[in-house]
Amino acid sequence: MSDTHDYKQIGTRPIRPDGVDKITGRANYGADYSLPGMLHGVVLRSPYAHANIKRIDLGKALALEGVYAAVSGADFPDVAAGGMGGEGGGDFKDLASNIMARDKALYHGHAVAAVAATSRELAIEALDLIEVDYEVLTPVMNLDAAMAENAPLLNDKIYTMGVNPKPEQPSNVAARMEFKRGDIDAGFADAEVIVEGEFRTPTVHQGYIEPHACLATMNQGGQATLWCSTQGHFEVRTAVSKTLDMDVCDIKVIATEIGGGFGGKTVIYQEPVAILMSKISGRPVKMVMDREEVFRASGPASATLSKIKLGAKKDGTLTAMSCWMAYEAGAFPGSSMAPGAMCIFAPYKTDNFLIEGFDVVVNKPKVAAYRAPGAPQSMYACESLMDELAYKLEMDPIDLRLKNAVEKGDQAAYGPKFNEVGLRECLIAAKEHPNYSRELTETQGRGISVGFWFNAGMQSSAEVHINENGTVMVIEGNPDIGGSRASMALMAAETLGVPYEKVRVLVGDTETAGFTNVTGGSRTTFATGMAVIQASQDIISQAKQRAAKTWEIDEDQVDWQDGHAVPMPGVNADWEPLSLAKIAAKSGRTGGPLLGRASLNARGAGPGFSVNIAEVDVDPETGKTEVVGFTAIQDAGKAIHPAYVEGQLQGGAVQGIGWALNEEYVYDDKGVMQNPGFLDYRIPVASDLPKIDTVIIEVPNKAHPYGVRGVGETPIVAPLAAVANAVRSAIGIRVGELPLSPPRLLAAMDE
Amino acid sequence: MGSFAYTAPKKLEQALAVLNKHAAEGNRIQVLAGGTDLLVQLKSIDSEPRTILDIKKIAETSQLTFDGDHVFIGSTISCAVLYENAELKEMFPGLTESIDLIGSTQIQGKATLGGNLCNASPAGDTISALFVNGATCVIANESGLREMPVDEFVVGVGRNALQPGELLLGLKLPKPAANTSDAYLRFIPRTEMDIAVAGAAVSVSLDDNGVCVAARVAIGAVATTALNVPAAVEALVGSALDASALQKAAEASSAASSPISDKRGTEEFRRKIVGVLTKRAATTAYARAKGEG
Ligand SMILES: Cc1cc2nc3c(=O)[nH]c(=O)nc-3n(C[C@H](O)[C@H](O)[C@H](O)COP(=O)(O)OP(=O)(O)OC[C@H]3O[C@@H](n4cnc5c(N)ncnc54)[C@H](O)[C@@H]3O)c2cc1C
Repeated sequence: MSDTHDYKQIGTRPIRPDGVDKITGRANYGADYSLPGMLHGVVLRSPYAHANIKRIDLGKALALEGVYAAVSGADFPDVAAGGMGGEGGGDFKDLASNIMARDKALYHGHAVAAVAATSRELAIEALDLIEVDYEVLTPVMNLDAAMAENAPLLNDKIYTMGVNPKPEQPSNVAARMEFKRGDIDAGFADAEVIVEGEFRTPTVHQGYIEPHACLATMNQGGQATLWCSTQGHFEVRTAVSKTLDMDVCDIKVIATEIGGGFGGKTVIYQEPVAILMSKISGRPVKMVMDREEVFRASGPASATLSKIKLGAKKDGTLTAMSCWMAYEAGAFPGSSMAPGAMCIFAPYKTDNFLIEGFDVVVNKPKVAAYRAPGAPQSMYACESLMDELAYKLEMDPIDLRLKNAVEKGDQAAYGPKFNEVGLRECLIAAKEHPNYSRELTETQGRGISVGFWFNAGMQSSAEVHINENGTVMVIEGNPDIGGSRASMALMAAETLGVPYEKVRVLVGDTETAGFTNVTGGSRTTFATGMAVIQASQDIISQAKQRAAKTWEIDEDQVDWQDGHAVPMPGVNADWEPLSLAKIAAKSGRTGGPLLGRASLNARGAGPGFSVNIAEVDVDPETGKTEVVGFTAIQDAGKAIHPAYVEGQLQGGAVQGIGWALNEEYVYDDKGVMQNPGFLDYRIPVASDLPKIDTVIIEVPNKAHPYGVRGVGETPIVAPLAAVANAVRSAIGIRVGELPLSPPRLLAAMDE
Repeated sequence: MGSFAYTAPKKLEQALAVLNKHAAEGNRIQVLAGGTDLLVQLKSIDSEPRTILDIKKIAETSQLTFDGDHVFIGSTISCAVLYENAELKEMFPGLTESIDLIGSTQIQGKATLGGNLCNASPAGDTISALFVNGATCVIANESGLREMPVDEFVVGVGRNALQPGELLLGLKLPKPAANTSDAYLRFIPRTEMDIAVAGAAVSVSLDDNGVCVAARVAIGAVATTALNVPAAVEALVGSALDASALQKAAEASSAASSPISDKRGTEEFRRKIVGVLTKRAATTAYARAKGEG
């Protein structure tokens, strides 16, 4: 199955370079930085989910002794509309209005003003002195309400995009998209079996443990330095420059260690506020959200509704697939509906499909990317219905998928032709796995699901510096969230032929590292890894030049083997091989230090497929689901550091299990979230979970020198339907709405 | 968190004097045991100034004695210490399991039984277990000690029967009769670090034939305070806890409950669950009383 390569270091499991600092508490996260004279900034948040802001008076707050700055929307520059790109989607103008409300508060918790004072307590006291007049409006809290005729409007300038001709009336539907191929009606006419279903998923949060935090300081020359917990400091720099109308060259961003992001730290909230208040006060300003603010004002992922229909022949061959799907975007347009729509049918060969997607604004915080943004929701719908199709056809659910699984050469539903992909391999591994056939008790059930994510390439830079003793320093620009320093070090070590222990990796700031896109899109090991490999190859070619110079032969007569320059076979020279250390030691005499570099826009990110097997036990008297077994199988292309790949698979499974069983935002009738803390927003705790078994499949991605395809996002896609299908098999009823919480399941079973 | 004054006297008289002085002058004062409720409240709900009176240094509040026919549990003994006491676990397996359910190992290192009771949360896990074990509250004030049955002590959401100038010294529990045991169960959507959606405690005493001769049933998180359920007791007494007796007890608990719908569960769900928990806790208590637990 996997190409056999004789790798020396790739595929081993050394401890991560950042490990010691992280487990001993030395590592510095967003809130760990302080500067002399620093102020503490806090945000005043809207107490209403939907309101016009009539007046803000900061005067009394500013008059309080110890308060050095107070700002509201009026203090920020006007921002031109323009797309942000990336996985989050959205618009810079909206981003600016999300960071600080202008004339409307669009969700409970929306920032309306901020204060910086000598202590956090004092700053909080000052918030009470800010006067705001609101005109309270009716909140629009879900898709049904937002899409209803005569629904209250969040923004009367929103006319549904993607509808021709342009609608005459504004609405809460920001965009409509359609993807189709073939003849959907003919496809359903051709079907011998048709299944239909409606599926809903709730608003959920990424649940990173570290709250958003930053420290900003601006000098009198208008140059700002910013420390923050982020997945991408170059994108932070862009966003700050757009929202504060600053030149990127005046903004230095240092990514601190990051305590989880999962997509939620690809956007910014407090950073421009801290910089502006530093500018006003002339002092550094630190801003740290508390957990409640994280829930009320950051993240979340879209709540969705999908109406889906599948047609198939009796042998399981799919003839038609259609889906109507709506995604909540939160307060501003830009949900992950489009990627959700592009993923939903990606695993299957489909001649006839139709997808209609809607991006809908509601009075909730603006959604942010969450691991494979959009895909878990849509694929939950599709994979649940595939399960129903298997029941109807009395077919093994894996066989049904094998019958339709895409492979190399198939045209993906979202456009391109697939290269090598590992879906069939994952399905076969699932079928052969002992967990797929072990005995279950009467109250237990098993479910499977396929997961998919495109994976991204994008831009990366890397430098490789050779120290005077031949040890290696890699400088790259991706915040290390899941062990990427270790993967970079392994790839550099493998390429150069030096031991892993002799390689160090620095995540450089925006002034140290070359431009690099976010740690997101499952791109880091693939794209930045490729840059590190190329920079290492640059070192090799320079080292060969130095050896040629030393030996006084032609460069093309020097080869590189196992970390040493050697004369090419057949070259009539009996020189001893020169190690990198020897070359480095003499580099002063051969042309100066060795410094390799590469920058690229990576193409050919191999898509990632997975198959999950969930086994659950549902208590018939309480509706409580215990996950008794979970198996995550995924194509990693090539696992550079298998332990961290397994960690990604397990982490995604845990988040997906939480999404399936318990996580949801609970709102009251005024649009106020009732559970803004980990007590009542129930992410799984360790004792809720079985050991998550993993199987790494390796179908190499030919576009990467070592075969890597991204692994960070696909793991969260399949668990929702895998768990839902397992519950369906345990209780014999399909409950098409997540979470499958005890009250919901018990009510369904009692019906 | 707002600022507050802090005092930690070593003598009971000193503590009572401080309490009385504040009461007389109308100044706010709060007793601190483990602080796992109090500090959270101070930080996120009510940061108005007050005096914090830490009573953990007072010897009487940290006594655990098994003299005569009673067990005395000092109010500030941490849950972790109580849970590890083999004698206590042997006598009151249900009460100790309710203690062990509080938070996590770390929380239990600080949290106390007295704090759980005084805090009087409808969902407090130990409260219904104390009900079914006939616990008596030992209350100290400047005129001495007074005693009060635990089911009279909790009077409302977050309210107990202590008067200004009083503190809870400890709890007195009658040692269980022969063939008697208890059990406590709660329902939470997760396995730990959660607050009871519903809870049920049952204590049963059996004769030599395994027939239930006495019982107590109490339920939690389904009303403003923990509740005794006499109708469930009636269903159990005289039976060998057969299916029909258990079913009747379950229905009695459901009927006695008056839950609310909130983020932790719907009214309907809680009503059903509290019956299921009653049935299951009774089954466990019965097995324990027979020596099979
Ligand atoms: C993370 C976490 C998880 C938790 N999980 C649970 C759980 O699963 N189940 C549960 O029931 N509770 C839980 N709790 C709540 C809390 O831990 C318990 O109620 C605990 O028993 C309180 O004891 P304490 O000693 O910390 O009380 P404190 O916080 O010290 O006091 C609580 C209240 O009682 C008063 N008080 C305390 N002792 C006395 C006394 N001797 N005389 C007079 N007044 C007194 C205080 O003034 C205060 O009002 C949890 C708390 C946290 C932070």
